[in-house]
Amino acid sequence: MKLKEMLLYSERLFKETGYYYGLKELKLKEEDPLKFERCFARLRGAVVAARETALHISASPIVRNIGELCFALYTPEGDSIVLSTGIIVHVHTMSEAIKWMIRNDYEDDPGINDGDIFSNNDPLIGDVHPTDVHTMIPIFYKGEIVGWAGGVTHEIDIGATTPGHDPIASTSRFEDGLYLVCEKIGSNHRIHKDHRIRCQKAVRTPLYWDLDEKCRVAGCYIIRDAVLKFIEEEGIDYYKEFIREVIEDGRRIFIQRVKERLVPGRYRAVQFAAIPFKGKHPLKKASKNIFMHAPMEIEITKDGRIRLSFDGASKPGPHPFNCSETAMQGGLWVLLSQVITYDGRVNDGSYFAMEYHFPEGSWCNTKDPTASFGTPWMFLIPAYGGLFPCLSRGFFARGYREEVIAGYGPTGSMIAGGGISTILNLYFPVANFELSCVGLGASAVKDGLDWGYAMWNPESDQGDAEIWELLELGLPYLSRRVKPNTAGYGKYRGGSGWECIRVARNVKDFEIYLVSLCHLVGGGIFGGYPLNAGYLLRAHNTNLMEIFEKKMDYPIDDEIPAERKMEKLIKGEVIRNKEGVLFPTEFRDYDLIHYILFGGPGCGDPIEREPERVKEDLDGRIYTKEIAEKVFGVVAHEKDGKFVVDLKETEERRKKIREERRKKSISFEEFKKIEFENLKSLPEHVKEMFRESFELSPRFKKEFLEFYGLKEDFEIE
Amino acid sequence: MKEYDEKTIEELIDGKLPWQRLKEIITSEKDRKRFFIVREILQRRVKFPEKIILPLSFHLFIVDKNGERVIKCDCGFEFGDYRKNWKEKARVYIRDTMDKFLEIFPEFMTPDPDWIEIREYYCPSCFTLLEVEALPPGYPPIFEFLPDLDALEEWLKEISD
Repeated sequence: MKLKEMLLYSERLFKETGYYYGLKELKLKEEDPLKFERCFARLRGAVVAARETALHISASPIVRNIGELCFALYTPEGDSIVLSTGIIVHVHTMSEAIKWMIRNDYEDDPGINDGDIFSNNDPLIGDVHPTDVHTMIPIFYKGEIVGWAGGVTHEIDIGATTPGHDPIASTSRFEDGLYLVCEKIGSNHRIHKDHRIRCQKAVRTPLYWDLDEKCRVAGCYIIRDAVLKFIEEEGIDYYKEFIREVIEDGRRIFIQRVKERLVPGRYRAVQFAAIPFKGKHPLKKASKNIFMHAPMEIEITKDGRIRLSFDGASKPGPHPFNCSETAMQGGLWVLLSQVITYDGRVNDGSYFAMEYHFPEGSWCNTKDPTASFGTPWMFLIPAYGGLFPCLSRGFFARGYREEVIAGYGPTGSMIAGGGISTILNLYFPVANFELSCVGLGASAVKDGLDWGYAMWNPESDQGDAEIWELLELGLPYLSRRVKPNTAGYGKYRGGSGWECIRVARNVKDFEIYLVSLCHLVGGGIFGGYPLNAGYLLRAHNTNLMEIFEKKMDYPIDDEIPAERKMEKLIKGEVIRNKEGVLFPTEFRDYDLIHYILFGGPGCGDPIEREPERVKEDLDGRIYTKEIAEKVFGVVAHEKDGKFVVDLKETEERRKKIREERRKKSISFEEFKKIEFENLKSLPEHVKEMFRESFELSPRFKKEFLEFYGLKEDFEIE
Repeated sequence: MKEYDEKTIEELIDGKLPWQRLKEIITSEKDRKRFFIVREILQRRVKFPEKIILPLSFHLFIVDKNGERVIKCDCGFEFGDYRKNWKEKARVYIRDTMDKFLEIFPEFMTPDPDWIEIREYYCPSCFTLLEVEALPPGYPPIFEFLPDLDALEEWLKEISD
């Protein structure tokens, strides 16, 4: 049977029976469950070992130090069987790429043979964005294809219009940099020379590219060897049956987990992203404010299946933040593996256990072949911010409060760029990944994890400053510090964020760009608040050289922006604003940049937080005294560097907050009138968001009209 | 089958468990009777006589009131039929100006009122903050959770049997 026939056969069996590969019984598991588990652990161990070994080939700190890579083993038809740790968002995107090659008759042309090597980074086929590059090899046993090994790494640079791994200025695919569209890049177990030359000439960091590619290929071959050894020892018949059963087992575990921990019903959350490009983007077509709308609805059915829909999502546009369907599938998959199947059988069984709807023509399922997919994370990350709160309402209701997560901090202070080091006369990139350590949302029994979470890689790691300085030669750190008041307020607070200050040194032709969340934030559950928003802060033409030479105090924090510490410590042009985006801007020696890594959202009413915990927050600089008093109603006095809570004053303050709430709040009817009036004077980007969602979703429009009691012909003026 | 004593579950509900113990619970298989134990504990704590069907949040519960399924706050305030958004009976405070943001956010760390407003929903009786929304002006409130209570009953029956 050809691969295409095998894929159709597998899909038909699932459609007809509801069981993966039609497996109503798990014979191998039932006959010898210990052997079944041993075999799973053996293959899982092989892909984990592949990752841990192969990453040492890479020279990129993104891959080598903080682990932005992963490997997986697939069935001949492309369904994932086992996977490594790391950026497992890509386990499913590689599955889609393998299936795309099969569906497009690659077996006939260009052929799928033993020793072939394929590569892909096209989100319209299977990926999130081009900078995540796949390498896939077919695994043959005695002339028969028995599976695929795949590996992905996140590149430092992909040759886009702006340097770095997440371009912000692209308006179409043709500005995204290097695309590999499921290409055969090697045969006879060797990478083609012309491919290597082409790619190294297409990116700004050819050395890193080459070693990353070798890393992916090496990992795939470690998996292949382990699979062949497995087959030799366990038998080809056992292997073929096992790889199907283990996926069906994963599907069943997922459904069991849903029925064990959640509540059937309908869950909703709405998230947004603000792209303030008006007057900033150099191209007229892109110089406008964009408001991304992500209304999430989850239905948990009576039979334990999860249906997820983004019906009502707004439209794509001439920017790099559009998402393909495969990117959305990958994002969903990585999050579910963190909250539902984290200790179960993580593979494509979870994928087969659920249904999804990413509306075609919306930002989350862009089929436009010319669309830019440079940085879909700017939309995908906030959009999925609703998933944890939705599922957490179910966990809470079932009594499993320890599983509640109010959401997550967006990994959104994306600093990037590049320039020439005047010491080495060498190009250096700014491709920082310390943003993989933001605050996690609060639980319903404890605070969120401080500075230690990234939604796309469960093994988050900020990396040592010294390692980033080796890569980013011209941008040493002045400091990395806890940033007060970044944690979302709540009875249980969100994880705290942090801040960095860096200075340009020994550079020429050096540009930096930065996107941050300055306009809006989402999240918070059961009375907990969203995380706090950010701001941009930089300084040019400074006197830092003089400050260093005279050993004077230099800025190491911007803990309380109102204090304007930066402006007081240095002379020069200090720019502090809420613009949210800095397009590529030249930085010269002793220019300075500050950025915030965000906190997570909170859970529960902040005035119910135990005063002793607020004292710990004050001692640890998580919150300032002013916020403790205004938001948490905790009155504390500083003594010898530590805070002492005045319980009596705290009780009074909290009573007063409740009284203030009584006085200032309005009835729902009054609230509805105010919001209706707001419709007459909405900012243009809000109007545009509503218009796009109305056009794409009759249901969204219908519910909107019903809420306000409006007629069908109502339009946002 | 995994089980925890009531004291442990009470400490979990109150956020009092030490991290090591909490971590054990998070990483272990789940105690399948948890729902019933938590519900019993919460029933003892609330100030109303109606039987709790489903806890929705720290303060809101779906209860059985003479055969009707209604939402109540633990202070006793009744929000009505669980199939309607309880927010329609709540008191609301809209933070839609920079001044109102600065009441609770530090300067420069506020949202932008041109993009988003923060809505705080309070219980009209005890004025506990029950939910916070961050939405653009004009956006209808979110109806976050509509449980299928009949299907849940069947799931729970499987555990009880």
